[in-house]
Amino acid sequence: MDTAIRDVHEGDLTFSTQPAEAGLELALEQQPGAIIDLVDQSGLKGCGGAGFPTARKWRLAAEQAADRRYVVCNADESEPGAFKDRVILERYPDLVLDGMTIAAWAIGATSGVIYLRGEYAFLRPALDDCIARRRSTGTLGLDVLGRDGFDFDVIIHLGAGAYVCGEESALLESLEGRRGHPRNRPPYPVRSGLHGKPTVVNNVETLAWVPCIISNGAGWFRSLGTAQSPGLKLFSISGDVDRPGVYELPMGTTIAALLDRVGGAGAKAVQVGGAAGICVPAEQFDRALTFEDVTASGAVIVFGPDRDMLQVAENFLEFFVAESCGQCTPCRIGNQRLLEGIRDIRRGQCSTDRLSGLLDLCETMRATSKCGLGQTSPNAFQSIIAAFPGDVVGRSAKSLTWVQEVRS
Amino acid sequence: MLVTDSDRLQADVVAIVDRHHRDRSALLTILEEIQHCQRAVTPFAQQVVADLLHLSPSQVASVVSFYGFLETQPRGRVVIRLCRTISCQMQGTQRIARQLENDFGIRFGETTPDGAVSLGWAHCLGMCDRGPAMLVDDHLYTEVTPEQVHTIVADARRAAGLPIH
Ligand SMILES: Cc1cc2nc3c(=O)[nH]c(=O)nc-3n(C[C@H](O)[C@H](O)[C@H](O)COP(=O)(O)O)c2cc1C
Ligand code: SF4
Ligand code: FES
Repeated sequence: MDTAIRDVHEGDLTFSTQPAEAGLELALEQQPGAIIDLVDQSGLKGCGGAGFPTARKWRLAAEQAADRRYVVCNADESEPGAFKDRVILERYPDLVLDGMTIAAWAIGATSGVIYLRGEYAFLRPALDDCIARRRSTGTLGLDVLGRDGFDFDVIIHLGAGAYVCGEESALLESLEGRRGHPRNRPPYPVRSGLHGKPTVVNNVETLAWVPCIISNGAGWFRSLGTAQSPGLKLFSISGDVDRPGVYELPMGTTIAALLDRVGGAGAKAVQVGGAAGICVPAEQFDRALTFEDVTASGAVIVFGPDRDMLQVAENFLEFFVAESCGQCTPCRIGNQRLLEGIRDIRRGQCSTDRLSGLLDLCETMRATSKCGLGQTSPNAFQSIIAAFPGDVVGRSAKSLTWVQEVRS
Repeated sequence: MLVTDSDRLQADVVAIVDRHHRDRSALLTILEEIQHCQRAVTPFAQQVVADLLHLSPSQVASVVSFYGFLETQPRGRVVIRLCRTISCQMQGTQRIARQLENDFGIRFGETTPDGAVSLGWAHCLGMCDRGPAMLVDDHLYTEVTPEQVHTIVADARRAAGLPIH
């Protein structure tokens, strides 16, 4: 029996078995420091892409002297191919608010913000209701659950259509009412975040795991997954599969096992981590989904045998050209050059010298871009070229066009 | 007394800014609310906001120009944004796009001459398992078929108080 991999549609995700507020009640019976230790022992890492240990982030914010601290829930989910946070916010909003409140208790924060991407505005009424209900039952507001002096409230802030605002320092700029330009780091948000105060920014899913870990114990989470990537993780699966959707998997699951579960037989490649992630060809489907290897935000797009991977790369580069904030040259110009390059390659008009120049440019972008957008945007280009050299070299203009193009 | 259009627009903007206590850090929220009620943040509205928040108009303009959802001139009463990202494309975005263009007689990026409907692209809407996905104002539609396009748009026109052809 395959109990390790569960489909969200079958209703037996861990999140569906975790009662609202149960983790929060348990957490408030313990000292803040003990909660951070417990999250530390669980090995929970950030589910928003970077995989930074959650407890370490919380401890840094807690230790920073300040009169005010913030907890921010990153609900900007805009990575192409990612939709797990939308499902969590739709179905388990209480767990996210439990997680935010536990984080606030742990670090001594009084205010929380959910930064919700503008395209998810349709989720807002239900989230507002959830927040209002929690205020009326005392799980938000003054003296949360009767804990003297523990005041915590949450507001929702709607984004306005900018992918880069998911980057945590750009998100903070946006919250302060400015252009979403990533900041120079250090200082990191845990030291100087929203309005210059220590701020923990966590992904929706990271926060939702927290009450589950408190209820089931750190050992439970630690015993799942791998040594370096403990626990369970949600994956957004789309593309050429029979059963697309959100799946809960233990970390360390191989791509082959995942494809088996979702009905992805015959796939020629998968893109792991969305547009910013990497393309893994069929020969490497024994690779494992872990923080050390090929996982980031958990977005997995599956490509069947007839797909033109260069069209995929072009689609991603169009996205990055549109979404680069333009602050730094390697990213602003580099993505444009890569897009021109991939278009020429697709037309069968790219010399070998030009191609190696483009691959050098990828390294420059990775090394010199200011934020994760420019550092990761060459990933798809590089990994697709590396995995499918036969589609690139000696290509004729008409080979492999599987779908009519979308015009810009 | 005769209330001119610009007086009314100005009063709306002042009310929104006041609701946020003339707080500079609420600028994006203020602009979003103006966009929502006036369908754009026009240079005039930007000037009013700048005056109230003691900012230069260029500071306000720099925020407006950054965010994809903020427009400087009103688009159609109904704004349609079709996802152009890869997972939806693999599920047939292009057919939906063609049907939209045919039904409205305009291209993507354009607004119908009567100002009723604008067609535009969006990037991944977080509905990749149920593509093709599109946003009609704040409403998300998934697994859209070319046959449905007409009904979806008729619903939106009705909601916006526009005649249905
Ligand atoms: C361009 C870019 C976009 C990002 N978008 C998101 C996002 O939509 N949601 C998210 O949780 N993290 C996103 N991140 C990662 C955040 O910067 C940050 O690492 C994360 O919110 C931290 O939370 P975690 O530790 O719980 O993962 C993005 C990073 C970059 C560089
Ligand atoms: S890497 Fe790109 S998105 Fe990031 S700061 Fe530079 S230009 Fe902006
Ligand atoms: S690709 Fe269209 S919603 Fe994600």
